[in-house]
Amino acid sequence: MKQLLSLFFLFAGAFAFAETIDVYQKDKQFVVKGNTIKNKGTPDITIKQGDVVRFYNDDEFFHNVFSLSDAKLFDLGSYPKGEYREIEFDQKGVVEIECAIHPNMFMSIEVK
Amino acid sequence: MKTSTKILFLLPLIIFSNTVLASQYVFKSGHASLQKWILPPVPYPEDNKPNQARIDLGKMLFFDPRLSGDGNMSCATCHNPMFGWSDGLPTGKGFKSQVLGRASPTVINTAYAGILMWDGRKRSLEDQALGPLEAKVEMHADFDQLISFLKSNEGYIKAFKTAYPNLPIGKESLAKAIASYERTIISNNSPFDRWVKGDKKALSKKEINGFKVFVDPNKGNCVVCHQAPNFTDDGFHNIGLKSFANSNPDLGRYAHRPVRILKGAFKTPTLRDIKSSAPYFHDGSAETLAAVVDHYVTGGEVKSNLSPNMKSLTLSKKEKEALVAFMEALSSPATPVTLPILPL
Repeated sequence: MKQLLSLFFLFAGAFAFAETIDVYQKDKQFVVKGNTIKNKGTPDITIKQGDVVRFYNDDEFFHNVFSLSDAKLFDLGSYPKGEYREIEFDQKGVVEIECAIHPNMFMSIEVK
Repeated sequence: MKTSTKILFLLPLIIFSNTVLASQYVFKSGHASLQKWILPPVPYPEDNKPNQARIDLGKMLFFDPRLSGDGNMSCATCHNPMFGWSDGLPTGKGFKSQVLGRASPTVINTAYAGILMWDGRKRSLEDQALGPLEAKVEMHADFDQLISFLKSNEGYIKAFKTAYPNLPIGKESLAKAIASYERTIISNNSPFDRWVKGDKKALSKKEINGFKVFVDPNKGNCVVCHQAPNFTDDGFHNIGLKSFANSNPDLGRYAHRPVRILKGAFKTPTLRDIKSSAPYFHDGSAETLAAVVDHYVTGGEVKSNLSPNMKSLTLSKKEKEALVAFMEALSSPATPVTLPILPL
């Protein structure tokens, strides 16, 4: 029983550290914590392995979110204002994220 | 929450936000709500600030057929000022008059474009300028020969030296000069621009009604892609053209970004001076603006992989005519283009 409890706390502890980060798509730009991503060539945000990022569409038209990076290959599809899609970043590395519809929207996430 | 439940829950919100979008305009000339349609000053890259010498050199190069492999095609062959800086053809004609797969896009206001070409494969005018020159199916230039020619021509030697004193005659200076000239091909003084700036008489009632249809998500819904200030979102959409049902369709942007939604998606063109550059769409399949409107009324002929921004429209004959009248009011007054005298 003790062993089971320790195992439970071990897993619970591991998951407690996983966070959910909100990213907004607003005025055809990615916005994190009120700051517009400027694409300076370095990772725009850093997260931990296992963290989840939620991408909200805050524009009046459809957006898409995808990545062709080796560290995380995904396509969250296209969705309208008010909706979000989320994805877990389960591998370390730099993930470049774009909107397929609006290619000038770009951000990179470093997963540590 | 299940997606379906979420959509149901959000539907009133979406409808409400669309209503807000439609009513954010006050349709009075000069009103503050319209000012986002005014184009900013023409942007340029830090390492290619335009000056008269650069523009003049670029103009010579733009109109010089000797840049092409056969010495008979210039940039202006497909981007002809007499045809709204396009060519008046459904799709372009290239080397040895072979018919190309896509329409020649206008040069007008490409200075404002964040991404270029129907499939977005070029990021700047400098980058783009060399593309058609190098393409075997287009100008078919032999760059070694081309640069040798420019380096042996007294007029060009002088013009390059004045325009780019710190650069040799080569691909970089050639591209920069052409881009500098293209940045002068601007439409920002249309009746619509003058109305936005406060000239009450610049637009007729019919044209203003057309603008209302244009921005209303429950009517034309055009603004969802043709956004302010240059009537484009610099984005890519599959608009359901008939040609997408061909056995081997042009996949457009998908060739460069293999994401499902981009299959058959092409860049949203500007609508400024649109009256002058018929026929329309990337495949040149619409001869008139009225035909363009009719296409959007259907919501797209081929529905597979259609842009989520597309939906069928309910427009009366009067509304369709007003929409066309509005688009025609996006043309700046025609200014004569003087041709350069090329150095022999």
